[in-house]
Amino acid sequence: MKISRNTLLTLGALIIFAGFLYVAQNMFNTYILRIINLCAIYSIFAITFNLIYGYTGQFSLGHAGFAAVGAYVAALLTMSAQQKEANFFLTPIVPALATMQWPFLFAIIAAGLLAALVGSLIAWPALRLRGDYLAIATLGFSEIIRVLLVNMQPVTNGALGLKGIPPYTNLFWSWGCVVITLFVIKRLTNTSYGRALRAIRDDEVAAEALGVQLARHKLMAFAVSAFFVGVAGALMANLISTIDPKVFLFFLTYQIVGITVMGGMGSLTGSTIAACLYTIFLEVLRPIESPFTIGNLHVPGVPGMRMVLFSILLLIVILFYRHGLMGTREFSWDRLFEFFRGKKKASPLTNSEGEQE
Amino acid sequence: MSLLKLEEVTKKFGGLTAVKNFSTELAPRELCALIGPNGSGKTTIFNMITGIYVPTQGKISFNGKEITAKRPDIITGYGIARTFQNIRLFQGLNVVENVMLGQHLHLHSNPVEATLNLPGYVREEKRMRLEGMRLLESLGMAQLAHDEPSALPYGQQRKLEIARALATQPRLLLLDEPAAGMSPADSEELMIFIRHILQTFDLSIFLIEHQMRVVMGICPRIIVIDQGEQIAEGTPEEIQNNNRVIEAYLGVADYA
Repeated sequence: MKISRNTLLTLGALIIFAGFLYVAQNMFNTYILRIINLCAIYSIFAITFNLIYGYTGQFSLGHAGFAAVGAYVAALLTMSAQQKEANFFLTPIVPALATMQWPFLFAIIAAGLLAALVGSLIAWPALRLRGDYLAIATLGFSEIIRVLLVNMQPVTNGALGLKGIPPYTNLFWSWGCVVITLFVIKRLTNTSYGRALRAIRDDEVAAEALGVQLARHKLMAFAVSAFFVGVAGALMANLISTIDPKVFLFFLTYQIVGITVMGGMGSLTGSTIAACLYTIFLEVLRPIESPFTIGNLHVPGVPGMRMVLFSILLLIVILFYRHGLMGTREFSWDRLFEFFRGKKKASPLTNSEGEQE
Repeated sequence: MSLLKLEEVTKKFGGLTAVKNFSTELAPRELCALIGPNGSGKTTIFNMITGIYVPTQGKISFNGKEITAKRPDIITGYGIARTFQNIRLFQGLNVVENVMLGQHLHLHSNPVEATLNLPGYVREEKRMRLEGMRLLESLGMAQLAHDEPSALPYGQQRKLEIARALATQPRLLLLDEPAAGMSPADSEELMIFIRHILQTFDLSIFLIEHQMRVVMGICPRIIVIDQGEQIAEGTPEEIQNNNRVIEAYLGVADYA
């Protein structure tokens, strides 16, 4: 009885949320749409990072690299032949890619698969390392991917980047992918394999002594994570329509780590909420980077001021609120009812991720 | 045929020889204790059997198969399970999930089938939970199934570690100082519990203990090591009256 009520609520919330997306897609201006889309993309980044770090305990800093792979694959697969020709004016594109143009859905899947492949290849040697050493190794691999993008001119157009990528990404694509990512990773973490991942996080030696194949399980977490990061990268390329290697600097990974920590390690819904708050927060704070006057004090515009505030916020979270917004808990209807007894109405963003248990 | 066989096993850490030419055999359904003073190499022997350490020399075989230098998870798959001296429960899992993790290596469904919740996996998951509960029940811990392991009293945590190891369906169970930190009354109860396991499950138990008194009552055979070398082997009475053992524990009498 209770299970069906919660499932119904989840379905209802999803339908309301889809309705909201439909209205938003048709009513809001492109600036607001871009923000809502970016919320979705950062959500996927944070959820996948949570799978690797929050659940499996592997501190990997390779997210920017996987996102880059996905973004370039999707860009190259969705651009038309003319756009490619216009882009590759210094070095001609390799003939195989010159006329290739796929539907967006297949491009997204291909982006995810290639990112997963790259993720697995990196994981194979890197996952023998632990803790800080793994972080350094994956960070290095992520940088290697970026350097390859700069230097593989016939494929990636080097530092010039790719321009005029068709802007296919809309709210349905981006939030649809968030729902799928959440669903798949939530399911995976609830299975016996998910328990094994948590066991690896808690105590690798004991997990191995109980017969858990460490390499296989870590590789699985890495591949699944990299797949969805690749998908998010694809959404990003087809959203901002211009990508170059500089988009995928370490800074992107740093943001993802920050968001995940703020949302709570081990809480997927926490990651989603934190990603939305972070993206909106950054936009709301945009004015402080332009010159302004308080009373007769004139403050000149300082680019990057928002990131200073973000860093302070992150420090506050780490110092005083170490478990983040949600800790290891997930959003659930029961808790919501307990919390808001009588005055229940949460934002549609929170509503879309009802736990199905 | 012996179940476990160690032949001339040696482990060196740099210049230190932790275990030197250690040989022994364990028969099926046997209960054998390994005792010795602090730092005598007991846990090192366990770590070599379970694959955590690779022996410097020597050969270890289990059930007629050589397992020297195999990976720990593979050795567990062959049927050797262990507990740890310092309790190593998974704090992110509740009590029954800790036990269910012991069955994870017998899972047939792949991650995709599990994630999609296909009927085959649902059946397996149900069976794992059922068996986990049954195991907890047989050890008298069923009412704790949904607690966090850190909330359990010390003695129960030790028992849970044993339950988790039993869930892997071992033919040999290695217990590393199961009575460490327990009061004499509690350790006596634990020894009765261990004998109960031996009678209920079809397995052999190899037991490390620090205090001789604890194992005297239940282990028909005791091996004593000191500074990495075996110094005695026999029944409790033989061990109790062995001069080398007394020396190792109490030091050499010095009447000068």
